[in-house]
Amino acid sequence: MKRRFGLMFFAFILILSLGLAGCNNESGGKKTGGESGSDGGSSSGGTLVFGRGGDSTSLDPAVTTEGEAFKVTKNIYETLIEFGEQDTEIHPGLAESWEESEDGLKHTLKLRKGVKFHDGTDFNAEAVVFNFERWKAGNKEQFYYYNSQFGDVIKEVKAVDEHTVEFTLNRILAPFYKNLAMSPFGIASPAAIEKHGDKFIENPVGTGPFKFKEWKRNDRVTLVKNEDYWEEGLPKLDEVIFRVIPENSARLNALNTGEVDIIDGVNFSDVEAIEGNADLQTFYRPSLNVAYLGLNNERGPMKDKKVRQALNYAVNKQALIDAFYAGAAEPAKNPMPKSVAGYNDEVEGYEYNPEKAKELLKEAGFEEGFEMELWAMPVARPYMPDGKKVAEALQKDFAEVGVKAKIVSYEWATYLEKARMGEADTFLLGWTGDNGDADNFLYVLLDQDNIDSNNYARYANQEVHDLFIKAQSTNDQAEREKLYKEAQLLIKEDAPWIPLVHSEPALAGRADVTGFKAHPTGSDLLATVEFKK
Amino acid sequence: MFAYSVRRIFSLIPVLLGLSLIVFFMIRAIPGDPAQVILGQLATKDAIADLTRELGLDQPWYVQYFTYLGGLLTGDLGESLRTKSAISSEIWPYLAATMELSFVAMLIAIVIGVNAGIVSAWFQNSWFDYGAMVFALIGVSMPIFWLGLMEQWLFAINLDILPTSGREEVRNPVDAITNFYIIDTLIQGRTDQFVEVLKHLVLPAMALATIPMAIIARITRSTMLEVMRSDFIRTARAKGLSMFWVVYKHSLKNAIIPVLTIIGLQTGLLLGGAILTETIFSWPGIGRYIYEAINYRDYPVIQSGILIIALIFVLINLVVDLLYAAIDPRIKYR
Repeated sequence: MKRRFGLMFFAFILILSLGLAGCNNESGGKKTGGESGSDGGSSSGGTLVFGRGGDSTSLDPAVTTEGEAFKVTKNIYETLIEFGEQDTEIHPGLAESWEESEDGLKHTLKLRKGVKFHDGTDFNAEAVVFNFERWKAGNKEQFYYYNSQFGDVIKEVKAVDEHTVEFTLNRILAPFYKNLAMSPFGIASPAAIEKHGDKFIENPVGTGPFKFKEWKRNDRVTLVKNEDYWEEGLPKLDEVIFRVIPENSARLNALNTGEVDIIDGVNFSDVEAIEGNADLQTFYRPSLNVAYLGLNNERGPMKDKKVRQALNYAVNKQALIDAFYAGAAEPAKNPMPKSVAGYNDEVEGYEYNPEKAKELLKEAGFEEGFEMELWAMPVARPYMPDGKKVAEALQKDFAEVGVKAKIVSYEWATYLEKARMGEADTFLLGWTGDNGDADNFLYVLLDQDNIDSNNYARYANQEVHDLFIKAQSTNDQAEREKLYKEAQLLIKEDAPWIPLVHSEPALAGRADVTGFKAHPTGSDLLATVEFKK
Repeated sequence: MFAYSVRRIFSLIPVLLGLSLIVFFMIRAIPGDPAQVILGQLATKDAIADLTRELGLDQPWYVQYFTYLGGLLTGDLGESLRTKSAISSEIWPYLAATMELSFVAMLIAIVIGVNAGIVSAWFQNSWFDYGAMVFALIGVSMPIFWLGLMEQWLFAINLDILPTSGREEVRNPVDAITNFYIIDTLIQGRTDQFVEVLKHLVLPAMALATIPMAIIARITRSTMLEVMRSDFIRTARAKGLSMFWVVYKHSLKNAIIPVLTIIGLQTGLLLGGAILTETIFSWPGIGRYIYEAINYRDYPVIQSGILIIALIFVLINLVVDLLYAAIDPRIKYR
């Protein structure tokens, strides 16, 4: 039994040492890792810890589709064109200026001079060509975004001289520049791609404000300041650590103790408590999303336009916003948010009017109402904090007008698959934009080409389709906006969905964090973030 | 004893083989196609077909199974569909994290559980006995999820003495050598980090230890009571031995077998609790690794992860069996 006493003794020591540790504890809000032997350099900017819900799957943005991956790569890589600080307007990035030919098929970009990749090699026209050649040559699902945004549109990418690149297109691609600004098209060091081969996804080398240091899977990604960054005075921080804390409440707890400095994926229900805490602050991401209840245009009573309109009148959107979004959302009337060029504000949304809904149902021959399934998302998304609760509220709204909705839910993968196949009567879903272009909402979600793909509502309207195609094949922005506005009127009339809300996802941070600007695309650039002294 | 051990180890092979087959089919029976999951809302018919082909999931099942099995024999656990890297190279840090947490949790559970059970039996029907058993009842029925968040709220936010999540202070990260951070920090003589690592261990280990602690306490108490009623204990008392020695030497030795069984089982079951604990405390362990893999239908990771856990489970059972023989000479294996 001696051994057991040994164990007891060890345990006793363990508990004792913890007790002692508790006494001389300095709370976790230590900003500068002075004694931790951090990578030399000036250690004035400190370390920012960003808490998030999931890990990256890849640090090469070209081979992934996951938002969590872009959150990190946004700070390592830069794109030829950059979005605005908090919008999706196009600004110079690695390209300082650009011009397009008369016919809209040739784009010439002048590149920024004196930029170096983190491995010391030069950023130049050759590097740009190398990257595009790589994405073009790769197989379809490896470079998913390249294929979905550019497909076979880019005929040739040519280095005219050291700092000039010329793109030749097969046909006009209206969102060409907006696409170039998307995170997946960050320009990587050709030397590093060749050196690391298959392992490039864990050894990212770009031109961005932060350099990659370490990735502990499912735990953290550590980036350090790029001392040679081309923009004078940036970045402000010495180090950024993206930490995975899967559970929302636990993530907020870690922010409370100062273990992390910024968190995303804040429950709307926690916003009030955060705003009442002097040590914390909230940030809102400008909305680039839509949450909707899709109505399967090919199933049962939903085939009838009048029924779809009736259901639109039955829903009290403001009540949803007050109950589940802590007010941080706008009621939706179009399939895309206001910030997207071409948004038609003249569309009159369906107001909350149960009487009118009943009337329409009566006209459609459903005076007694009907029964249907209402699918509730099993996961929380920025546009849908709690699918089950939202579904219950909608169920109640529909019951008011005599429609019995049975709430159904599946595990997320199954849910998407079945909904895509058209097995749902009605289903909750949403979309966060990639590039802020109307095409990325309207065509993707509501064009007949995309039935069996993202057009889960299986909405088909030839007239709308023609407008979308026309808008894709012109570079005249004013003309495009006109076409999209027209399409939105038709869509409103057909009511393929019930557009619910455009949410402003909430983030939170310690009170001493400044210069943080949440970006609508969900990938935040942290170059200007610093700690108040 | 040696022959028996060897025989036991060899008998594991059909068990694991059968298990690999069951897991292989079970995960393929889950609805939801990996290609659909990986592509999420961006899935199109063509993209799904292409990706399925790329992942080798369009092959007939028996081809897939034997490819997998062939890999296993050469120590290749397959490649994660999601991260595209070899599982054998990425699984160790997760496994080490879970082992470290489980070890500390089990230590707490055994030390406190066994002793609470003994004292309860010794002073049967005392306030301590009632208190401990009520506590054990609460412990068994407490959801880890809730307990974990409460712990964070109390010890981290209100008392500010312990961190809420992770394995280390990320602003002062540990250099992983063995991936057992307690050992790594000691090797490197980083006492500051060693203390940090211990502090990060306390809350998740306590949360994970609660259920086994309660179960161990109850089993220890009941077996001890039984033993203490037996004749030889009365004899020992009559001989004038002090109660302490009677309880801790004679009784415990005879009561420990069922307790050992429970400890073995609970250690295996710890992995189930580990998924929840690891999620709440952001502990990058194997439980969460497999959980994420299930969410993403990452077949190879689920297969190999479960296989490794099963292997650990049967090994623990083996150790328990061998301990029986060591403790109780009446248990003879031929």
